[in-house]
Amino acid sequence: MSATVTAEQVQPVVYDALAEIGPDRDQITNDATWEELDVDSLDLAELSQVVEEKFGVRLKGDDVAQIKTVGEAIDLIVARAG
Amino acid sequence: MNRRVVITGVGAVTPLGVGARTLHERWTAGACGIEDGEAPCAEFDPKVAMTAKEARRSDRFTQLAVAACAEAVAEAGWDTDGLPYDPERMGCVFGTGIGGIGTIESNHAAMIESGPQKVSPLAVPLMMSNAGAAALSLRHGLRGQTYGVVSACAAGAHAIGAASRLIKNGDADAVVTGGSEAGLTPLARAAFAALDATSEVGISRPFDRRRDGFVMGEGAAVLILEDGEKAERRGAKILGEVLGYGATSDAYHLTAPDPEGTAAAAAMRAALRDAGIGPDDVDYVNAHGTSTPLNDRSETVALKRALGERAAQVPVSSTKSAIGHLLGAAGAVEAVATLLALRDRVAPPTLGLEEPDPELDLDYVPGAARPLARSNGRPAIGLSNSFGFGGHNAVLCLAAA
Repeated sequence: MSATVTAEQVQPVVYDALAEIGPDRDQITNDATWEELDVDSLDLAELSQVVEEKFGVRLKGDDVAQIKTVGEAIDLIVARAG
Repeated sequence: MNRRVVITGVGAVTPLGVGARTLHERWTAGACGIEDGEAPCAEFDPKVAMTAKEARRSDRFTQLAVAACAEAVAEAGWDTDGLPYDPERMGCVFGTGIGGIGTIESNHAAMIESGPQKVSPLAVPLMMSNAGAAALSLRHGLRGQTYGVVSACAAGAHAIGAASRLIKNGDADAVVTGGSEAGLTPLARAAFAALDATSEVGISRPFDRRRDGFVMGEGAAVLILEDGEKAERRGAKILGEVLGYGATSDAYHLTAPDPEGTAAAAAMRAALRDAGIGPDDVDYVNAHGTSTPLNDRSETVALKRALGERAAQVPVSSTKSAIGHLLGAAGAVEAVATLLALRDRVAPPTLGLEEPDPELDLDYVPGAARPLARSNGRPAIGLSNSFGFGGHNAVLCLAAA
């Protein structure tokens, strides 16, 4: 994948995917934790699928376990894609 | 142990509408939920009983189950008062014929179109045939024995029978049971049609000379079963009782019923024996009555074999004449329909039966509902028959309270 993936590109994709999965859109911020959003392992598996399709980045078990917030997920995707 | 098994709540989502009473009242009034050769649950909205996230995590067969269960649990008083017993002694035994076939089909289509990476992580948890049982356990905090029952069109009745045994044997104090099916999908439709099982003209008319197959329907029903003594002690409203259960297998053919009805009759007799009653005590029979040429003939033979002279006297009607064949949910929906018919002392009609088959000579209650004959002041007793591909026979003996 391209090395030019930026947080500005990743954020709307992640936000849209999360809104599709469950949380209300107005709850979704970079600081929001999975716990606050009631996002669990099955939701993250769905999110990972979207991210892989759009940015070619695989987020697997251990990666996801380290991430606690939406912003951290976006940062990891940007780092991996770059 | 030999404990009484009472019914304290029922719920249903069927082609006749949402609610067990809706099913009973509309069927008894002669309404039919079949349109254009199929019987969908057109009035069902999953969002009423579930959050958007719960709905997303459920195949339609599970959504139907959750909605039916919400109604049953409310009637049992568990939603306001909380679970009445130790959650580890409360289980869920729940039937389906196929499980999440809509999920299988949509994921298969996505895979063929765009590759395996498009298969959803939710595909397995939605398609698995135990998803209904799992969802009810999860939602209501039932921590006892929970599993799915799979026996084609006998699954709902088998589930109720197995659930009643858990209570009877002392393995559980309460069990949520029933069955669900959502098979109005392109593959299921084509598959049943390929087998010549479904009606070409799209009409369900059990026991009629012109019957040519069943009409596919979807739906779910849930019954709350409790140990009789404990239910009485907690002051539950008792709707009725699972008096007996009998199950056998034809060991005859993969799909065709044994024309002699030997094993089906044995299941009926086993249910009567289990209930401690004889044929003369049966006030009503809810037939499997699929509207296929073979079933309605062999079931009639089996009823005569099991009930003897009583077979010609007792009213026999088919719920499938009003809602089509709900496959793995049929036994559960029909158990609920039977219970409410017994409570109201009425035999709902076999709709569409206008030209009797000269070979089939029982009282099938054609056209309009009829009151049940008085039975010495005791609560009415009925049998509910379910037979499934594979040669599975499951018969419930139910009594009104």
